[in-house]
Amino acid sequence: MKRYDIVIIGGGPAGLAAALAAREQGIHEVLILERDRELGGILNQCIHNGFGLHTFQEELTGPEYAARFIQRVKDARIEYQLSTMVLNISPEKIVTAMNREEGLFEIEAGAVVLAMGCRERSRGALNIPGYRPAGIFSAGTAQRLVNMEGCLPGREVVILGSGDIGLIMARRMTLEGAKVKVVAELMPYSGGLKRNIVQCLDDYGIPLKLSHTVVDIQGRERVEGVTIAQVGADRRPIPGTEEHYTCDTLLLSCGLIPENELSRELGVMISPVTAGPVVNESLETSIPGVFACGNVLHVHDLVDFVSQEAASAGAAAAEYVKQRPGEDAEVTLPVKGKGGVRYTVPSMIRPGRMQEEQVIRFRVGDVYRNQYISLYVGDERLIHRKRPVMAPGEMEELKVTREQLSGCPEGTELLVVIEDK
Amino acid sequence: MKYDVIIIGAGVSGCAIARELSRYQLKTAVLEKEEDVCCGTSKANSGIVHAGFDAAPGSLMAKLNVAGSRAMEALSKELDFSFRRNGSLVLMFDEADRPRLQELYERGLKNGVEGLRIIEREELKKMEPGVGPEALAALYAPTGGIVCPFGLTIALAENACTNGVAFYFDQKVTGMERQEDGWRMRTEEKTYETTIVVNAAGIYADLFHNMVSETKLHITPRRGDYCLLDRTTEGFVKHTVFQLPGKQGKGVLVTPTVHGNTLLGPTAIDIEDREGTNTTQAGLDELREKAARSMEGIPMNQVITSFAGLRAHEDGGEFIIGEPKDAPGFVDCAGIESPGLSSAPAIGKMVAELIADRLHPAANEKFCGTRRGILNPAVLPKEERARLIQQNPAYGAIVCRCEMVTEGEIIDAVTRPLGAKSLDGVKRRTRAGMGRCQSGFCSPKTMEIIARERGISMAEVTKSGGASRIICGTSKDNLQEEKE
Repeated sequence: MKRYDIVIIGGGPAGLAAALAAREQGIHEVLILERDRELGGILNQCIHNGFGLHTFQEELTGPEYAARFIQRVKDARIEYQLSTMVLNISPEKIVTAMNREEGLFEIEAGAVVLAMGCRERSRGALNIPGYRPAGIFSAGTAQRLVNMEGCLPGREVVILGSGDIGLIMARRMTLEGAKVKVVAELMPYSGGLKRNIVQCLDDYGIPLKLSHTVVDIQGRERVEGVTIAQVGADRRPIPGTEEHYTCDTLLLSCGLIPENELSRELGVMISPVTAGPVVNESLETSIPGVFACGNVLHVHDLVDFVSQEAASAGAAAAEYVKQRPGEDAEVTLPVKGKGGVRYTVPSMIRPGRMQEEQVIRFRVGDVYRNQYISLYVGDERLIHRKRPVMAPGEMEELKVTREQLSGCPEGTELLVVIEDK
Repeated sequence: MKYDVIIIGAGVSGCAIARELSRYQLKTAVLEKEEDVCCGTSKANSGIVHAGFDAAPGSLMAKLNVAGSRAMEALSKELDFSFRRNGSLVLMFDEADRPRLQELYERGLKNGVEGLRIIEREELKKMEPGVGPEALAALYAPTGGIVCPFGLTIALAENACTNGVAFYFDQKVTGMERQEDGWRMRTEEKTYETTIVVNAAGIYADLFHNMVSETKLHITPRRGDYCLLDRTTEGFVKHTVFQLPGKQGKGVLVTPTVHGNTLLGPTAIDIEDREGTNTTQAGLDELREKAARSMEGIPMNQVITSFAGLRAHEDGGEFIIGEPKDAPGFVDCAGIESPGLSSAPAIGKMVAELIADRLHPAANEKFCGTRRGILNPAVLPKEERARLIQQNPAYGAIVCRCEMVTEGEIIDAVTRPLGAKSLDGVKRRTRAGMGRCQSGFCSPKTMEIIARERGISMAEVTKSGGASRIICGTSKDNLQEEKE
């Protein structure tokens, strides 16, 4: 059986950045296992620009952003295997994988980094009633068909959900010659970035209907139309508000779900809020030596933050392999969100193991204007920052330093809250 | 060429009859209006092999249900499809209903169902720990089972096909005329001649029957909505859990599937549209409420798809099998609603014997009653799987990550007899696209494989035949036209 210090599951932006960071920490035996035909993950189909503003201070397309990381991985001679599916990870960190050339094989890993990304919520999971014809796509599937296969999935399009992929695809379909009739969003606010609403909908005159959903799909063989209705505060359709749209295509951009089937089988503790692993400051899951980063951990808006997070996970995996014990590692401080803060990553911090500065990422559950984000450590309010707008579609972050947390007694709670003053 | 027998409909009944007829030296053909077998009622049902206590004693339904259920296990081995006897429970929620539960028990005894028992809450709770708090007692039938309805139908069809039965797809029968010695049948583009017609047209069977007989039938499409839950829910329910039946059939059930999913359904809504397989919000809401009574804490957040099927409910509520008095040579197999799937093996035998009695055909000595299903490499021991991939690397390439389906399986599904032509065809044969992402990731890859193996373009690949093309052109194609 082959042995690697670190095996990284997934060669998308998270896996690439984790591998590079691990190598920078001096770990040589790093292996990336990628199920698709090339490295780069979903970035390969994101041919629009807007990637890399934070990382490279320039606007890149998805493939360009990926290419930079791929080049670094190649320069660093980090090993990777493509078209390789991981079937199982055992608690002893034996990774079972499969591909055409080697068939079924096992690898012993010193540490594992989970970087499998996420999938889109399907029509079935949304339980939209109606027929089940051709022409219903998740936005990402349509994106792959258009951007990678050169196919046009449809000519008259209705989009449900204003997540970023849905917004991007509204523009893409328009540019490719289709007519996007409307984007309907169940919530009273968009799930996407503000800049995408402006650049992808407003600039093309595509209407966004908030508090609306699809209540029926017509067409037996191919989509012939959909019915959209307004929803009330309970998110249930309001009778009498139905509007019919003739279309041949319905795209769905209604949320992303971290792909944690492998993690679950491995026995990793999963957060019911993020559907990703519960992690500590080192982005280590409930199983020692198994780390998680990127969209498998929690769904991100910007790849730049995925890269940052993944670099931390890669570095932490390297530390784990080198077995350098931290000082007073036994002190663990739980991190929690409250009052509109849906979750935090990490959900615990061991000051003895943390870096100089620790990023706490979180999402809010509603739109908040002119409110404050506060971090309480025990009873003490450590951070208090005014935010003009916070929305569920934009990930927030706070930073704490090791110094601020040193000396905290075991169990002191770190609480992230939204406050009106 | 004149056929001895033409069967209208490639659902489970039609395919079971075709397979039984292939035991004889008969020229048999199946005409199917869709692009594949198993496209109507047979594809959207509960996948249950009923023990046989529901139907009235002495009825054809009762007889064929019990016979079909008994035959299913051996058949599943001969034809290599998934079947499991998981036992079924019929829940009683109200003490006042006890006489009805008792009646069901006695009916089962009369029908010859083995091992039936009425169990009280304590034992019920032990057998099915998640059962709802209202369930006071239940009828337990250890012979109740679950089957993959696609697996069963496709296996019957493939076996019939390799034994010489011809299948013609996209052949919607539009008319039928009596001839001196048989029938002439018209489809949209062709005519066929045959000595005997078998009417296994499911939801349309009354239309064909009424073309040739003065004793009219009337079939009502009875829609049933279903919700399918992810395989992550495997173990949530062990038995098939029914509720004490009412007028509208057996009511909502909660059951495991042979593949480890959990299935809820069906509702029972009488409609007029014979193609009305659309789910409705009201139907799905009703389903959720009713199912919640049977089992506590159904993880509805694990729903991966919902769908609807139509039962072919004839006014008499009984299977109609045989020749109408005024139409010799026309054999009905109509009104095949639940327990039609369970009865299929017995229906096949009955109809084939009926035809054999008329035509006195010689036995088909080349008949081979076994068939190998699509190889699922995941069930092989590690070494064998490794050897398989070495021989055929396509078995090392996962296409559908949710159901872990390899390219090898998909190629097999497309290239075998009566192979899949569409995404749904591949899905029903291999489960590719049937998992939690509902083909989001694998559909472009599966389309590529179908296009390559069938020698067609990506644009010609359909979801389910006909006009169900997945894509409608190439990027910017209409913009270029404008320029020109």
